[in-house]
Amino acid sequence: MPDIFGMPVAVLLGQVLLGLINGSFYALLSLGLAIIFGMLNVINFAHGAFYMFGAFVTWMVMSWLGLSYWPALVVVPIVVGAFGAAIERLFLKRLYQVDHLYSLLFTFGLALVMEGLFRHVFGSAGKPYPVPQELTGVLKLGFMFLPVYRGWVIIAALLVCVATWLVIEKTRLGAYLRAATENPSLVQAFGINVPLMLTITYGFCVGLAGFAGVLAAPIYQVSPGMGSNLIIIVFAVVVIGGMGSIGGAILTGLSLGVIEGLTKTFYPSASSIVIFIVMVIVLMLRPAGLFGREA
Amino acid sequence: MTDSRERRLELKGLHSWYGESHVLHGTTLHVNRGEVVTILGRNGAGKTTTMRTIMGIVRKRKGEARLDGHDLIATPPHKVAGLGLGYVPEERGIFSSLNVAENLTLPPVVKSGGMGLDDIYELFPNLEGRDKTVGTRLSGGEQQMLAMARILRTGADFILLDEPTEGLAPVIVDEIAKALVKLKALGLTIILVEQNLKFATASADRHYVMDQGQVVDEFTNERLVSDMARINAHLGV
Repeated sequence: MPDIFGMPVAVLLGQVLLGLINGSFYALLSLGLAIIFGMLNVINFAHGAFYMFGAFVTWMVMSWLGLSYWPALVVVPIVVGAFGAAIERLFLKRLYQVDHLYSLLFTFGLALVMEGLFRHVFGSAGKPYPVPQELTGVLKLGFMFLPVYRGWVIIAALLVCVATWLVIEKTRLGAYLRAATENPSLVQAFGINVPLMLTITYGFCVGLAGFAGVLAAPIYQVSPGMGSNLIIIVFAVVVIGGMGSIGGAILTGLSLGVIEGLTKTFYPSASSIVIFIVMVIVLMLRPAGLFGREA
Repeated sequence: MTDSRERRLELKGLHSWYGESHVLHGTTLHVNRGEVVTILGRNGAGKTTTMRTIMGIVRKRKGEARLDGHDLIATPPHKVAGLGLGYVPEERGIFSSLNVAENLTLPPVVKSGGMGLDDIYELFPNLEGRDKTVGTRLSGGEQQMLAMARILRTGADFILLDEPTEGLAPVIVDEIAKALVKLKALGLTIILVEQNLKFATASADRHYVMDQGQVVDEFTNERLVSDMARINAHLGV
């Protein structure tokens, strides 16, 4: 195969694919963050903790209840989402009337508490989780050997992201959500229960983070710190895509994963900061983000 | 004369607040079935606030407000529409992230007997064939028609119409005036807040004048037309 900038194409394609896997997680998490910000005006700092919570619940239902990966893929997002909905009802709901800063501090504090609790109970080291039997093995793609499970992560994350986007852009429920983002009190005056909708939206987005946690369990160590490592990058993704832009969050998540992957090939020492460099450039040129509406 | 008709809306000593600022100071008025009643008054007199207080958008309120015997003060905001109240706000409230079709079908149907799409396009021909247009790309007059049409679709039979002619060209004002006459003929009960007296007197039965959060005068339509000096004194024109 030919070379590009002195790199064999096979190596490049391999990195693109690996980047897409990380990008899948960025997309799933930033999608939820973007919807929560758009609808609730909450900067949800606890999103990484919910992702970590999802991975731990996956491990717990396997170790304690013997529930395997496939049922966990359905059960865990529901459990995590219900937990999120309860948090919204009990705490966040009371903070809508006051400055954004309060909900940011609340979710930040919640993330610290959750992380600390899991560290106390399970230790920092992390728990292993096996790749499900059906998804073991590798795919021979010609340019690389792709573990089947990683291919599955890309497909599952894409399906969930696209489905979420379709629901918001194309359905009646989505129209309610978009309208309530613009003018909640008028939507309420039309007879729609907006507070209930906010609870469901928050629960759903937290459930998405839980879903990402299940996908992550067999790849990464299930550990208390896994969420806080990721959340900063995911916030950068949301800022680059444009706060509140849903399609933007998905596309930006995936493409930043790829950019990060490519940087690993060409200039490995910059790979951990390249996303933030992109963020700085985007903020300088387009402060509302790539897909954000100019205010 | 009008008192022999069935009373639908009854406000008695209604007070309301935006945060700390006290806007309605004991508003008292009533509207009978099938009537078109206007609220006139200077800017800041509390006309829009009266509507927002009835709808429950302004939550801090005291006093009595009943629709068909239901206590509006005790009704949660998302249940008010279900009583048959439809609100067309002054700023029209067309959503920019929704296209015309989505804007039109956004408010859930609350009662049977609402207009079908054919009736709506007959009333407002401008809206036909614009389904995919972004709601806020319509002209001001078309947005006003859309704001009215989406409420008429729901079957709401008591409409609160806040300054429908504000900022519109005379030819569009005529079109909306015609629509209002048709709605009245259909038996809808309407409260209209309006600055344009010509428009207000074209279809109204009675007029209230508000000042500083209170109703300060009441006219039948005949009286208003024959005694413009008195209303002009109130409005300061």
